[in-house]
Amino acid sequence: MNKISSFDETNDMTDSKITARNVQVYYGDTHAIKDVSINIKPQAVTAFIGPSGCGKSTFLRTINRMNDTIDICRVEGKILIDDEDIYDPKVDPVQLRAKVGMVFQKPNPFPKSIYDNVAYGPRIHGLARNKSELDEIIESSLQKAGLWAEVKDRLHAPGTGLSGGQQQRLCIARAIAVSPEVILMDEPCSALDPIATAKVEELIDELRENYTIVIVTHSMQQAARVSQRTAFFHLGVLVEEGLTQDIFTSPRDKRTEDYITGRFG
Amino acid sequence: MTDVTTNPASETPASRKKTSLLTVDALTRKRNAAETRFKAYGVVAISIGVFFLAALLWAILSNGMSAFQQTVVSLNITIDVARLEAAEKSIVKTSKYNAIIDEALIAKMKDAGVETEMSGKDLRKMLSSGAAATIRDDVLANWDAIKARDGQVMQYDVLASSRVDGYLKGRVTREALARDKNLDAAHLDIVDQLVAKGTMVKSFNWDFILGTDASDNRPEQAGIGASMLGSFYMMLVVLFLALPIGVAASIYLEEFAPKNRFTDLIEVNISNLAAVPSIVFGILGLAVFIQFMHLPQSAPIVGGLVLTLMTLPTIIISTRASLKAVPPSIRDAALGIGASKMQATFHHVLPLAMPGILTGTIIGLAQALGETAPLLLIGMVGFIASNYPDGLADGFFSPNSAMPAQIYEWAKRADPAFYERAWGGIIVLLVFLLTMNILAILLRRRFERRW
Repeated sequence: MNKISSFDETNDMTDSKITARNVQVYYGDTHAIKDVSINIKPQAVTAFIGPSGCGKSTFLRTINRMNDTIDICRVEGKILIDDEDIYDPKVDPVQLRAKVGMVFQKPNPFPKSIYDNVAYGPRIHGLARNKSELDEIIESSLQKAGLWAEVKDRLHAPGTGLSGGQQQRLCIARAIAVSPEVILMDEPCSALDPIATAKVEELIDELRENYTIVIVTHSMQQAARVSQRTAFFHLGVLVEEGLTQDIFTSPRDKRTEDYITGRFG
Repeated sequence: MTDVTTNPASETPASRKKTSLLTVDALTRKRNAAETRFKAYGVVAISIGVFFLAALLWAILSNGMSAFQQTVVSLNITIDVARLEAAEKSIVKTSKYNAIIDEALIAKMKDAGVETEMSGKDLRKMLSSGAAATIRDDVLANWDAIKARDGQVMQYDVLASSRVDGYLKGRVTREALARDKNLDAAHLDIVDQLVAKGTMVKSFNWDFILGTDASDNRPEQAGIGASMLGSFYMMLVVLFLALPIGVAASIYLEEFAPKNRFTDLIEVNISNLAAVPSIVFGILGLAVFIQFMHLPQSAPIVGGLVLTLMTLPTIIISTRASLKAVPPSIRDAALGIGASKMQATFHHVLPLAMPGILTGTIIGLAQALGETAPLLLIGMVGFIASNYPDGLADGFFSPNSAMPAQIYEWAKRADPAFYERAWGGIIVLLVFLLTMNILAILLRRRFERRW
């Protein structure tokens, strides 16, 4: 089956940050991701949408090999980042995850100070040679995450004392601090109220300039608001991928159309 | 129509009658009664528990507190260096000291105005049979100072015999002495007079807490201090072996080990080990550490090793439970920014699990501190722990008792005076356990406040 040729012309392989080819993911005997191939553009936001249990989060987690932590999980196929196979035996997932950061569904700051939360990544990767360099990284990360103004006077207060939206932005700052190239976001706003969601979405839009962002979301409105490209997953299969406005206005697949018009899911 | 509007209940199904919220219906009443009964059961259960706890504490305190007081007689002894030197040259050295004590006793009787026909030797029955040795030990320890005080009178507080002590504490009666060859009722008359004069008093018994055990016929001299040190050295062994091994094993099993049949088997076995009777560990220790490895018998090192084996499952289980309780999102967060598994575990998971680990460890230690059965099998009972360990190595390797073993030892001795000491020993042990539990709570609080 020639999957690639079924993609629309806007997505040619030459300009892609992440390239997945025939990816299969198994949880024990369950075939969770079936033969997914996709090209993800650099400096753009790609949204994965689909009903619950369709495998979009699972696929997202294959991109920074977070699935490695699950014993029964097995990944086949190829995922290339900058033409390097991340499942090559020579690849250390630790190095990969410094390059591909992740923001989780529930804000999960470390139970430490705001400063230490952001400083943890640079510290373990040795990104700062001294205290002032570290301070700089922290300030710029918090600024990029739009949190600096709110927390600059209480950097040593516990990160867990922030509001939910602030915590999520702190997690984004923490991910940015190790200067990744790709940021994966797994439903980053599902635990946030509409105002906090709006702030995080705004932030995602700003971050697009410097990072390749992949976001899993349950909310189609959110996908429409923040993403340039959208991929629709259903039952472990990538049904359709393309420019966001195309997916939402003229879906080619019947299943996509049913989903975005609210007929199932 | 009007009928219907005035009686809307007729519109509803027949099964549903109009009810008022102000009257309690039968079902609700039944439910409430059941709840009230259940609460009453709870209160009864707790009351029974509290009652038994109170009874236990009362029994321990009422029987044991008297061990912390001991009757002493103050004697004025004239230092005669020539006589003391002569005593050292004789064969039975303490017998010469006995003569000195006899004289001092008779003099004391005169001072106190007690009329008695008894000889000094007879009077001496009121004192501990270890009195001469106690004075001699003191003299030898301070020989230079004693020599300088030739001819002067020194006051010694000498232990009264356990019968006299028991009389003052209400344990020994005149009737009971009728069949006792160690003391007569006549002695008690003298005791009464000495007590009235203030020559014989009960004072706080530091020797019970700090002293060593004494032989069967000198219960008044027995103390728990040496076995306290024995327990201390055992706890050192347990702490320095069980904590690192237990925590390392738990971290490996919980965070790193692949989940397969072999690790499942290990897991089941650890849980089972926690339920193995402690005497089994004792016989294992006897077979492995003493008979096979030829470690010294009755030594705290062996006791510590056995108790380590016994405590490990407790520590592993509680550590694993507290590691499990750390939310996986913390691990994800650390791994997600490129921490290795070990960094995630040691930087984030372990500090969060620390209060639980510490509590588990201290509870395990407290359990080990009170454990008696394994110590019986490795020979920490059946002898008199009459020496303090001499230095660190000696503390681990020379025979000693431990607090619970010492209590067991006292409880099985014939003289009822030891019975009081067994209860007293239990008080000391409980104080230690209480302290450890408070420590566990404090550490828990302290670590939890940091997050």
